[in-house]
Amino acid sequence: MNLRPDPTFHASPKLAMQAPVENYAFTVMLSPDGSQSDGIAVIDLKAGSDTYGQIVHQVIVPNKGDEFHHFGWNACSSSLSPLTGHAFLERRYLIVPGIRSSRIYVIDVKDPLKAHIHKTIEPEELFAKTGYSRPHTIHCGPEGIYVSCLGGGGADGIDGPPGIFIMDCETFEIIGRYEMDRGKQDKHYDFWWNLPQDYMVSSEWGLPPQFENGVVPEDLLSNKYGHSIHFWDLRARKNIQTMDFGDNYQMALEIRPAHDPTKSYGFCGVVVDTTNLQGAIFTWWRDDDGVWQSKKTITIDPRPEKPENLPPLLQGFEAVPPLVTDIDLSLDDKYLYVACWGLGEMHQYDVTDPMNPVLAGKVELGGIARGTNHPNGKDFAYGPQMVEISRDGKRVYWTNSLYSTWDDQFYPNDEGGQMVMADVGENGGLTLNKDFYVDFPKGLRSHQIRLEGGDCSTDSFCYPSV
Amino acid sequence: MADVTSMAALWWAVIFSGLYHGINPGMGWPLAVSAALMERKHSAMPKALAMLALGHFLAMIGILLPFSLMIVLVAWEVEIRVVAGLLVIAMGIYLLINRRHPKFLARVHPARLALWSFLAAMAHGAGLMLVPIYLGICAIGADETGHLAAQTLMNNNVTTAFLVAATHTVSMTAAGGIIAAIIYRWLGLRFLSKTWFNLDIVWALSLIAVGAFGLYAALAGH
Repeated sequence: MNLRPDPTFHASPKLAMQAPVENYAFTVMLSPDGSQSDGIAVIDLKAGSDTYGQIVHQVIVPNKGDEFHHFGWNACSSSLSPLTGHAFLERRYLIVPGIRSSRIYVIDVKDPLKAHIHKTIEPEELFAKTGYSRPHTIHCGPEGIYVSCLGGGGADGIDGPPGIFIMDCETFEIIGRYEMDRGKQDKHYDFWWNLPQDYMVSSEWGLPPQFENGVVPEDLLSNKYGHSIHFWDLRARKNIQTMDFGDNYQMALEIRPAHDPTKSYGFCGVVVDTTNLQGAIFTWWRDDDGVWQSKKTITIDPRPEKPENLPPLLQGFEAVPPLVTDIDLSLDDKYLYVACWGLGEMHQYDVTDPMNPVLAGKVELGGIARGTNHPNGKDFAYGPQMVEISRDGKRVYWTNSLYSTWDDQFYPNDEGGQMVMADVGENGGLTLNKDFYVDFPKGLRSHQIRLEGGDCSTDSFCYPSV
Repeated sequence: MADVTSMAALWWAVIFSGLYHGINPGMGWPLAVSAALMERKHSAMPKALAMLALGHFLAMIGILLPFSLMIVLVAWEVEIRVVAGLLVIAMGIYLLINRRHPKFLARVHPARLALWSFLAAMAHGAGLMLVPIYLGICAIGADETGHLAAQTLMNNNVTTAFLVAATHTVSMTAAGGIIAAIIYRWLGLRFLSKTWFNLDIVWALSLIAVGAFGLYAALAGH
């Protein structure tokens, strides 16, 4: 408990943009075959520092086979919600779930160079208290920390639907399930919300048997992965509308609502349209009657390729699908970054008009059957994947691994973990920074990035940018 | 003359407790700022403040009324005031030990400001803080008017309860409203987090102090 709100809590997105820039990044390191322990890499981002762009500390967990994926903070700018009146939590702990083991680590990063494990929640406790497994997205919200899970109960995670559970933001005790009425929701992936407007949006990847041992081509071609998003009355914990994008829009993943809480729209990325292998972005919004609507506002075409250059999985299609696996929206709601993990491209769209995005910048790096090198001449394994934007919107960081077993299917000959950074031009545009290239320790891959003091996919704001 | 002075002091205490509650962000002024900003119109702020005031007033009167009915039992006046003082002290100690903030407040819909304000005041024992002051006012009032019929005494006490709750709520709304307006119109949101102090311990200690005062006043004769 502090006497004043944590200085990294900001009332509005605009104030967060004006705050001091990030000094450190925390990035997931995962062992794809469970032969090593996973960990969190602390990376120095201080311009001019002797160790700039280097891993300056590692928190390695004692267990193996956790498979770290996504993670988040115990507290963020949502603590300034006028409804709480107690803004005195600290942004101090990272909640890091193992997506394969269902174990959750709470890591104290108050001093990033001495970051250490504060608490471990064993999988049995999660199963017993929630009936969920495979914890994934973390957001700090009204009653505590919300965690989405990709699996239900049982060994395969298909015993009952997956969902969200709530955890105490100070003691890290698991409180219980979030949902009171889940409606048609039977799969899970990402979720985010607008706190003052009191709505939440959740998305769908697939059930554990559909992803744990790799993508299941038959399921994909028969459109059995998730293709709906769900709108919730956040406080009533009730699914109020399920929006089906259409069977062919397979894997509706990242949910990115506008950061400004007066706006009632956002985006969702779809990995692949099975009719034409395109990647797609939908814009969703609430109309004047209070009904949620959506429209496909971005499509990205596949690239034709000779079968002999393709992994076995794609040879029959003679094309490289873009595979939109992550998207991220800058705090001013101006630029949407779209990772095309298959093509090996990072796109920057100007979404000032969310219904008419305009491609403003693009970087090529890695990619299936292309493998573009970094401007420093080094190799980049796989393609651009988890993307995180600095609060001021001037730097965009990303890593390269999607998910252990999927990496091996789409890039059977690649191995390695890298994190890079691109500078954003004054009027848009994206240029890879030659001097920033983090190569992860041998045998470890990288996934989500969190920036010290908050970033563009953690903080929820309760006051508009005025 | 001494009674007039203590009476004035007690009414000032009602006003000061209102100002004190008003500046505490836990009693809702940040909600008035957010209402004006979210609805993008100035008129939303007075509306929000009025809703917050209504909830706060109901919480105050909800606590004071039962006491106003009880102290008709003139014979038990001292005992009632002692129990009231102990109750307030107990609430202060509870808040001092249990430093977790009430989570159910976050479950109230952001638009239901009066309900939120009522629950916030209840959860923090804001009404209790007024009880010893209110009982002091009633005791002096009873002395001054001599031994009236029970009915009249009760009417007087109920009127006083409403007056105390209203005076307190007006000063609370003024204090919170001024902070909200200054931040909204001039200082900007940056000052929202800067003016936000953790009053939890001070608040709990205030309850204990007010309760102790109530005990002292009851036992010392006023």
